[in-house]
Amino acid sequence: MIKKIFIKSVICAGIISSALALTGCGDSKDDMSLVAAKSDSPDIAFLYIGTVGDEGWTYEHNRGRLYLEEKLGKKVDFVENVPENADAERIISQLAQDHDIIFATSFGHMDYILNSSKRFPKVKFLHAAGYKSSTNMGNYFGKNWEASYLTGIAAGSVSKTNKIGYLASFPIPQLVYNINAFTLGARSVNEDIEVNVIWNNSWYDPANERSAAISMADEGMDVLVSYPDSPATIKVAQERGIWGVGNSTSMAHYAPDAYITNPVWNWGVYYEKVVEEIKAGTWEGGSYLGGLKDGMVDLAEFGKNVPEPVKALVNKEKKRIISGEFNIFSGPIKDRDGLERVGSGEKISDEDVLTMNWFVEGVKGSLSN
Amino acid sequence: MRPLYIAGKKISIEKDPISTKTPWWMTVIAVVLALVFCAGFMLLNGNNPITVFSKMFSGAFGSLYGLSETLLKAIPLMLCGLGVAIAYRISVWNIGAEGQFVMGAIAATSITIYYPGMGAFSSITLMLLAGFIAGALWALLVAICRSYFDVNEVICSLMLNYIAILFLSFLVFEPWKDPNGFNFPGTAIFSSSQKLPALDDLRLHLGFLIALAAILLYAVLVKFTHWGYQLRLLSANANAARYAGMNVKRQIIIVLMISGGLAGIAGMVEVSGVTHRLSQGVTSGYGYTAIIVAWLARLNPIGIVISSILCGAVIVGGYSVQLIGLPASMALMIQGAILFFVIGGEVFSQYRIRVETISPKKNEQTSSSKVEVL
Repeated sequence: MIKKIFIKSVICAGIISSALALTGCGDSKDDMSLVAAKSDSPDIAFLYIGTVGDEGWTYEHNRGRLYLEEKLGKKVDFVENVPENADAERIISQLAQDHDIIFATSFGHMDYILNSSKRFPKVKFLHAAGYKSSTNMGNYFGKNWEASYLTGIAAGSVSKTNKIGYLASFPIPQLVYNINAFTLGARSVNEDIEVNVIWNNSWYDPANERSAAISMADEGMDVLVSYPDSPATIKVAQERGIWGVGNSTSMAHYAPDAYITNPVWNWGVYYEKVVEEIKAGTWEGGSYLGGLKDGMVDLAEFGKNVPEPVKALVNKEKKRIISGEFNIFSGPIKDRDGLERVGSGEKISDEDVLTMNWFVEGVKGSLSN
Repeated sequence: MRPLYIAGKKISIEKDPISTKTPWWMTVIAVVLALVFCAGFMLLNGNNPITVFSKMFSGAFGSLYGLSETLLKAIPLMLCGLGVAIAYRISVWNIGAEGQFVMGAIAATSITIYYPGMGAFSSITLMLLAGFIAGALWALLVAICRSYFDVNEVICSLMLNYIAILFLSFLVFEPWKDPNGFNFPGTAIFSSSQKLPALDDLRLHLGFLIALAAILLYAVLVKFTHWGYQLRLLSANANAARYAGMNVKRQIIIVLMISGGLAGIAGMVEVSGVTHRLSQGVTSGYGYTAIIVAWLARLNPIGIVISSILCGAVIVGGYSVQLIGLPASMALMIQGAILFFVIGGEVFSQYRIRVETISPKKNEQTSSSKVEVL
């Protein structure tokens, strides 16, 4: 019996050691990148909620990271698929041990990055799309509502059925003001437009997004807008021969015939700026809000089937927003119960936009998912 | 399986009548083989597996912080793993630890919502009780279906997971939503008296001792009590137990309720010790990983301590390796491969290879040699 066990062990040991020897043959270039010399330029890491290939939110942040790598001439680390739960705090804290600046790029990372920021007072933390901050934690975002308004103008101009479907992620202010801006834009060219909101309760769930899009198309909506990160919705628009609007990044190649346009992000400009500030010691934390004006937010190129007059109109309004001549949230604005929220001649401050929790006239759907 | 004839020898695979229990070193070999298997994929991805594994190891154990995080991950895995292991011992396949975990987390949170402002001791005790009861009741549904209606408990417990998770979504999106949370789904953060005490500067909390206590209690109960004797008899031979007059249905109900209750406690310690609020991401798949934990430990309570720490290390280390360019799913792949190899090893060990020399004489086969492999 003992002999048998011995023979078995020898066989197994042989297999394992030969396998280990085999695996040891891999090249060791990874080791090199690990021991990147600590230089004057800060070590930076990014935290992503999705994968860099999601073709949406994370894809754009990763483009910003690559831009930063190019500008700084050094590797900028990233960790992807970081869930919005307690795991995030561990990952942030682990990164904080050997990085000087950490960018966390999802709303739900907020409380975890705040906790870590207290534990690592020397590290600078920057959080996208949130509202909490501390002495060494700042937040940054852009007025994508400006681009949403412009998208709304284009969508309102091409809709024939006057019914637009908006697939939204979570009923948080970020979605509420984008839906509102989009609706204001659409109704500025066509007062009969109604925007139907469906909550997907996820930032990325292609299967769910697709079935939601199909049901919106079945309801006779001829423009489908998708806030989540996948192109599932605009693909449905392409299949059905209706119009599609994506988010975060240009998605024209997924739906060449259906594509209108959508807000896009250019994070790289901001990333470079804030890293320079931190290096120079002039960074003071707090909130940063970019917009069309400084290029952090922009509009994707129009799809090939968007009529020329529509493009011209959108570009005209874009110039007015950039010049500061026009604020998209200027009164009079009624909420959907008919109550006047913003009087004529007034406008909503950026702070109030960022905490918006009511829908403008023309939006259909519940605000509590 | 049809025998193979090579050079006058008949080679066949047959069930080994002697082999009853797989030796412990088989598990170790299976784990190593699983790592080697994953190393192949790392090579394909252009990474040196030695670098990856050492990075994972140092991420999980290399610092005090890493170690405390690994143990932190092990807490819910240990409790859920112990829970499912108890059920698996008597061949009741509870796949519902995930749902029982969620119900435990919900019940514990309900205490913070409906009875705020209690002292630390009473609120923690109540939350623990609520977690256990909720998990146990959720498993009772499975037990009733299995014992009285002969419903397959795998399907039943699995489906209840989805119901529990959707119920959780409903609560955090609607009635329990943090009024100051800008509509983001999730309850308000617990007050300090509702949080389990944690180590200074680390996140490792009292739940670790609770989990170890549960392991110890279970080991003692099984070894020294009448109920434990019944359980052992039932796991050794269900028919013999039935003929001996044991109430098998009742035993299944008790075991499933303990199983679910432990997962419920896991849910409670997770919300009270780690997340400090109820939100959608609370599960992280602990209930499913617990199945791996239980099998890796061969349902042995001490083994569960070790295997839950191992699985915790794989999860914690799995994120560290992203910095050298590996995808996030590598940790999941390693877990899956480990389970695959452990269960594969178990199956193989129940068979043996028999080699017979076929004699030229008519209808006479003499078995000249037998070789067992694994």
